[in-house]
Amino acid sequence: MENNDLLNNQKIENETSNVDLSLLEKSKKEELDVKRIKKLQKIGKVIVTTCTYLFLCLVAISVLFPFYWMLNSSLKSLTEYKWTKPSFFPTVIVWSNYVKAYQAADLGSLFVHTLYVGLVSTLLSLVITVLSAFAFARLEFKGKDAMFAVLLATMMIPGELFTITNYATVYKFSWNNTFTAMIIPFLVSVFYIYLLRQNFKQIPNELYLAAKVDGTSDFKYLLKIMVPLALPTLISITILKMMGSWNSYVWPRLVANDDAHKLITNGLRSAFTATDGQTDYPVQMAAVAIVSAPLFLVFLFLRKYIMKGVSRSGIKG
Amino acid sequence: MVDSRQQWKGWVYLLPAIILLLIFTFWPIVNTIYMAFSDGYSALGAAAGETYPLGIENFVKVLQYKNFINCLKNTSILCVATVPISTLLALLISVALNSIKVLNRTLQTIYFLPYVTNSIAIGMVFAMMFNIVGTNLGGANENIITAGIVNNLIEAFGGKPINWINSGSKYWANITVMIIYIVWSALPFKILILLGGLQSINRQYYDAAKIDGASRSTILWRITVPLLSPMIAYVVITGFIGGFKEYTSIVGIFGETLGPAGDSGRLNTVVGFIYDQLANDYYGRASAAALILFAIIFAITMVNLYVSKKKVHY
Repeated sequence: MENNDLLNNQKIENETSNVDLSLLEKSKKEELDVKRIKKLQKIGKVIVTTCTYLFLCLVAISVLFPFYWMLNSSLKSLTEYKWTKPSFFPTVIVWSNYVKAYQAADLGSLFVHTLYVGLVSTLLSLVITVLSAFAFARLEFKGKDAMFAVLLATMMIPGELFTITNYATVYKFSWNNTFTAMIIPFLVSVFYIYLLRQNFKQIPNELYLAAKVDGTSDFKYLLKIMVPLALPTLISITILKMMGSWNSYVWPRLVANDDAHKLITNGLRSAFTATDGQTDYPVQMAAVAIVSAPLFLVFLFLRKYIMKGVSRSGIKG
Repeated sequence: MVDSRQQWKGWVYLLPAIILLLIFTFWPIVNTIYMAFSDGYSALGAAAGETYPLGIENFVKVLQYKNFINCLKNTSILCVATVPISTLLALLISVALNSIKVLNRTLQTIYFLPYVTNSIAIGMVFAMMFNIVGTNLGGANENIITAGIVNNLIEAFGGKPINWINSGSKYWANITVMIIYIVWSALPFKILILLGGLQSINRQYYDAAKIDGASRSTILWRITVPLLSPMIAYVVITGFIGGFKEYTSIVGIFGETLGPAGDSGRLNTVVGFIYDQLANDYYGRASAAALILFAIIFAITMVNLYVSKKKVHY
């Protein structure tokens, strides 16, 4: 009996352990399944991430390649440039290409012209923009809203429509072949006025009223309070305007294409328009690199302002 | 509230802007419309005291001009090809960029680089990359000295070098180069705008989609794109407007002749046509062409706005 009991007990124990085992196995199996799914998900995630990075790097390479090829070619000798199988790094670095380029296109005086036009037009443009934006943002007068609406409407019209008459006007004023012709017609940018007005409007009105109570004049308030507060926007406008001068091509070519007033883009294009196939590509690329460098430097140091300004404007230059 | 002193003060602050706008913005609008509707208007003639009857002859002349139709064709092809390609690419890039953390800012900076370039200068770089140096290109005893890096790459993959931009090149090859260059330079702005839009999308939408077990492509097309649609509409509209004013990028690649050697003007655009007319003293026709350009841009913008009103979710 005892024996039997013992046996029975053992049997039961065995059975329970059997049950335990099967349960354990089942849960283990489930765990494995979960693990496998998790693993698969992880693999999937890794694959997706890898593909994402691969794609992004491929794009980055295609974006950077022209710049790399420009620098690479600009440092080669013309003979090396003409190799059937191009070298991915110049075997002999020819720095003299840069000197040649600088002299061939007379880049020095082109730089000076462009800087002059850029600086003067930016400065005057800032003054006009600040004054107008202040009037639209803070002052109250009849016809303000109508005037603002009219200004915004002109933003729809393509610039080419103005160019024709402005070209005639500039000649009528005998401004052809002067820096004035490149500065004055583009001083007012409705977009910049709009941008700055929005910024001015964010400055609380209480500040204005407090200044009024203290007897501060409108002009002093504008200069001492509003301009400093809107400085980031003003910097964005400055950079975009300078970049605009640097990149402008069509208008300068129309109104001032003589050597004494040529701007950089124009000079670069006309200095290297050889049609006989004997172009010295390394020198040409050196000139392109010299012209591109200032923009890159500005971008590296003022990235934030440029991207902010551009994201709100959508205008190139 | 408004005292009379404030009244004139506002206008004093606006004075410099108004004077300049009157001369260089408002007067040109009036004058351009007047010149466009004066039959055969020319600046030299007008200076000599000639008068012109009102009419629509300038518009008729412009539209009958084979050159103008060619310009319109080039502009339209470039626009229709580059806007969808660059928008779609920019969308993919910004979605991918938004999903990663490491290298995010570096890549963002790299992608923005083409924006801070001079379109003529970098056009010259692209021209060099596609340019073949050699003699008798396409002729019987063709002699290629160096085929240019793009052709070198094609050869490396077993292809044959293509005459992209040199004399004797095919129209489709020219257009392909232009499309590549325009897309390359149009991407930065679109990525910037779309990325800004993506970053402002509430994460909750994605969390909810994940709980529902939505797949990646479902999330992209059912959540991201609809929520991003205002920005997409914006880049498409500005893309079309910019595309119809394409000119300097072509000067960058092909030079002032606007075409491969031996076929100048082949790739001229509407804007280029306006400048050509201006240079030849056909002010009336230039004005008419400018008004046609304005009408096209206006119409495209309206169509885009109409479509986006139906499709854009705010």
